Amino acid sequence: MPLVSNILSSSLGQKYLMALSGVGLFGFIVVHMLGNLTILAGPAAINEYAAKLHSMGPLLWIARIGLLGMVGVHIWAAVRLTRDNRKARSVQYQGAVDPVDRHRRSKIVSTYASRTMIYSGLIIAAFALFHIAHFTWKIPQINGVEVDFETFYVYEVSAGSDQVAYLTPLPDGVGKEGENAVDVYKMLTTGFKVWWVSIFYVIAVGLLCIHLSHGLSAMFQSLGLKTKAYEKWIDHFACATGWLLFAGYASVPVSILLGFIP
Amino acid sequence: MNLKLKVWRQENADDPGHFGIYMVQDIAPDMSFLEMLDFVNENIIADDGDPIAFDSDCREGICGACSMVINGVPHGGQQGTTACQLHMRHFCSGDTVTIEPWRATAFPVHRDLIVNRTSFDRIQQAGGFISVRTGSVPDANATPVPKEDADLAMDAAQCIGCGACVAACKNASAMLFVAAKVSHLSLVPQGQPERERRAIAMVKQMDKEGFGNCTVTGACEAVCPKEISIDFIGRLNREYGRAILKKGNA
Ligand code: HEM
Ligand code: FES
Repeated sequence: MPLVSNILSSSLGQKYLMALSGVGLFGFIVVHMLGNLTILAGPAAINEYAAKLHSMGPLLWIARIGLLGMVGVHIWAAVRLTRDNRKARSVQYQGAVDPVDRHRRSKIVSTYASRTMIYSGLIIAAFALFHIAHFTWKIPQINGVEVDFETFYVYEVSAGSDQVAYLTPLPDGVGKEGENAVDVYKMLTTGFKVWWVSIFYVIAVGLLCIHLSHGLSAMFQSLGLKTKAYEKWIDHFACATGWLLFAGYASVPVSILLGFIP
Repeated sequence: MNLKLKVWRQENADDPGHFGIYMVQDIAPDMSFLEMLDFVNENIIADDGDPIAFDSDCREGICGACSMVINGVPHGGQQGTTACQLHMRHFCSGDTVTIEPWRATAFPVHRDLIVNRTSFDRIQQAGGFISVRTGSVPDANATPVPKEDADLAMDAAQCIGCGACVAACKNASAMLFVAAKVSHLSLVPQGQPERERRAIAMVKQMDKEGFGNCTVTGACEAVCPKEISIDFIGRLNREYGRAILKKGNA
């Protein structure tokens, strides 16, 4: 099909794919952050939220496969485009950028975020893998504590004051993956007490937000949605969103590490 | 004024090249940058040396032939100014000025500061034209064009194809050039019959020539001597999307 080949084999088509997969991933990033922030409403809130999510069954799997597909497309396009860009400019200038109109220098020099997109992206991908191993597969060897997160489960129904739904832990060894509600709260508060884990998370979400501070505005341009009239607003939006996401994501490990969340 | 020039010297495309150092004295502040190079060359020739080869033609900022990176910036970085229109009064006596050719795989160095820009010609030939029956002069105002469209088309048509956008871009992307050419013709009635074919063919040729792609750094717009807006790149992204949806094939 010419339409498909025009998309897959042209630089502009690959940028469309990069932008569209980027929007999809951005959507996930926003929803995921809002989910994380339910921890601020207390243990029961986040445990219940997690249980609801897990009870979606096939829908959850569709979302997961969709996300994986978008990550695949995004990385495929990123690697190809970056390779082409490197080839297109193989010799760098020796002279340091020094325009005769000195104040115009910042317009000519590319931003840090735009120069490091492939690195911030690949580090985010590596972090995402660690993150899944840490809290989804719950591999005990990498969590930095003596306990196995696989043993953290809570009751889903209340029965008197000794058994409050989503709060009271199941007795040790009783909980089963896929059958019982996970004690996400305990998992997070235990996991983020490990200082290097928390710091790694904060650095990774920092990189994600740097990536998005450029990516969000580039996305509008790649899709042809940016015009002079909106350019300023789009750039402000990208920058503000980057900071908001950083605050939202980093607040959880930081609060736990500093003891604001017991 | 006196300057120390660091100029890229390269015999031909196969020569690895090197920087030549020239201590130049008595430069008049009213000389243009190219006149200054002429002056340097006169001295080089008087010493039986090989003059510095550089491109120029109109020397009034309209042809796009002059192409050199001055202190890391194509055309030297004065707003909306080509190298031939840049004057020496912007430099201070004692400065070191580094002069290099455009750096892009699609613009191989021909000699010294001269690069081969025929890749731009091939992009133009792929679709940057309209096919009209020539011979008879059409009536004036026979084809009405809305004022806004005409203005925008003329903004795009200002592109002189110098290649500074490519030279400034960290990816050596020709997007601003192609965007200007595609936008210019897609905005006026005369460009409509070949609108989709043009967008697809010019983008295809651009990729084939080995230019990079746009990562929206804005360097192209900042160095463009004709101040072509990066908005046109957004327009090209729309034009191309529209073309492949409508046409499917070139
Ligand atoms: C959750 C993860 C991610 C999100 C939300 C995200 C988001 C985005 C967005 C919105 C864009 C703008 C699209 C455009 O250029 O038009 C973008 C660009 C880009 N992304 Fe990602 N991305 C993510 C992960 C990655 C990964 C894992 C890589 C690494 C391989 C990567 C590499 C890139 C590159 C190289 C660009 C192009 C930047 C440019 O045009 O200057 N991203 N990303
Ligand atoms: S020589 Fe014609 S634009 Fe500079």
